[in-house]
Amino acid sequence: MVDQHLRLDSDSKPGRLRAVKLKREWVGYGLTVPAYIWLCITVILPMIMMLYFSFLSRMPMGTAEPVLGLKQYATFFEKDFYRFLTWRSLLLGVHVTVLCGLIGYPAALVLARVVKGRWREAILLLIVLPFWSNALIRTFAWTMVLRTDGIVDQALHFLLPGAPSMGILYSYPAIVIGLTHSFLPYMILTCYISLQTIDDSLIEAGQALGASNITVFRRIILPLSLPGLMVGVILTFVPVVGAFMEPRILGGRQGFMLGTVIEDQFTEVFNWPLGAALSFMLLAIVMLIFLAAYPLLRNRLKVA
Amino acid sequence: MPYVRPLVSYGYLGTVLVFIYLPILIMMAMGFNQSSSYELPFHFDLVWYEHLSANEVLWRAGRNSVLLALASSAVSSVIGTMAALAFARYRLRGQVVLQLLLFPPMAMPWLILATAMLIFFYYSGIGRGLHAMLLAHVALSLPYVIIVVGARLRSFGQDLEEAAATLGADPWQTFFRVTLPMIAPGVAAAALFAFGISFDQFVTSYFLSPPGVSTLPVEIYASIRKGFTPEINAISTIIIIVSMLLLAVVSRFYRFGGTQ
Repeated sequence: MVDQHLRLDSDSKPGRLRAVKLKREWVGYGLTVPAYIWLCITVILPMIMMLYFSFLSRMPMGTAEPVLGLKQYATFFEKDFYRFLTWRSLLLGVHVTVLCGLIGYPAALVLARVVKGRWREAILLLIVLPFWSNALIRTFAWTMVLRTDGIVDQALHFLLPGAPSMGILYSYPAIVIGLTHSFLPYMILTCYISLQTIDDSLIEAGQALGASNITVFRRIILPLSLPGLMVGVILTFVPVVGAFMEPRILGGRQGFMLGTVIEDQFTEVFNWPLGAALSFMLLAIVMLIFLAAYPLLRNRLKVA
Repeated sequence: MPYVRPLVSYGYLGTVLVFIYLPILIMMAMGFNQSSSYELPFHFDLVWYEHLSANEVLWRAGRNSVLLALASSAVSSVIGTMAALAFARYRLRGQVVLQLLLFPPMAMPWLILATAMLIFFYYSGIGRGLHAMLLAHVALSLPYVIIVVGARLRSFGQDLEEAAATLGADPWQTFFRVTLPMIAPGVAAAALFAFGISFDQFVTSYFLSPPGVSTLPVEIYASIRKGFTPEINAISTIIIIVSMLLLAVVSRFYRFGGTQ
């Protein structure tokens, strides 16, 4: 009934409809104003302020006035320590991303192509579920497992008394394991979404034409799911390069990364200008990654 | 697909699920273990939950977390729904600018945004504290609210709203009697999302918390670094259960998986 009224009215009064639309144009702008203001205060102004800070020679405290210059950036590029640090963070990103891909892609493939119906939904839900629980708590959970005299150690000693300790907490592998655990659901989800959309008839056609399973995978499934894999790679690599909490908790002394050194500048050393410059170097790395992946991501971004 | 045997497939998925869940389950179990140094064999005891109930610092942090999440959820779902409405129903010049602005909170490492906010809030007089955390949490939730509500808005046409308008409803009536009831499940899901994002948020809270004011994740991080007892396992278990319940409710409103 309502539908009929609608059609009659909108047909008979097109002029009025246009007037309503025009009048409401400014309403549209008005609706976005709070979001603009909010993001100005929390994103734009802070980023501008941090950029300014990164050019200061020292913390603006006490009597000595800081001068503007490239001192902090010079520190970053001249000292071997920071090059080493950046290298370490990038390497961590590569290790975690590769592990996530190697574990996650087959899992997504199996989920999308073998598991059927209700089981598929249930397992997908189980995989995504912990992803919404606190990353800090998941990292904390690994300290229980990995520490000397932790669960792994105690189980091992129960089975094999006198075996050497397997506690690898506070080491680089511990950081890699913890971060892989954190980002695996992301990777499985993005791969699964692109694998799931592959048309079954393409695969059947390939098989009918005599392609082996390996050929079907290499020539049909892999190329078609590559965008999803790439999204997963980006979504893992970017946050891992900037991680500080996981390396701190699982890495101990071995845990120094670009992220933890930035954290130190703000919470321990109080050298905010250096911290700001390091944050911008991290941002530059992130931007380069996005730029490199842009052609592959472009179609995805349109959807969002 | 016949080319992977189901047994191997399910076995592999099972292994992955064990990898994902085992540490969390072990962590939870140790909260019920009597030993303060996580020693086995396992003796079931609720002593750490009793300690927890007497721990005022954690209680205060917990109260802060909940209040903050409620406020952040309310603010971001109102502002976000407004923006989503504008995107879906109006052709606005310059809307790309806002869409670009929504990108950093999702795509940049939070560490960068958090440190930038710390500098700006500190020197602009906004200062640190729960209000500063609220500013940050809402900014982080906004993109998700706009995506979720926007998807819901686009799934309905504009017809009903135009009908209401031509039948003489003013914009307020149109919104409250037509649009809002249509998108209500989307807004509810977005609000729960936003609650979860704020409740679990650690990075921005950590940098924006002045001494003496903290949220649960900030308090937990401090404890982990200082040395901790199974009390932390107990509170972590509670947080995980709350988050899971929240997700169960969200998934009633919003199907994820295919939609992200």
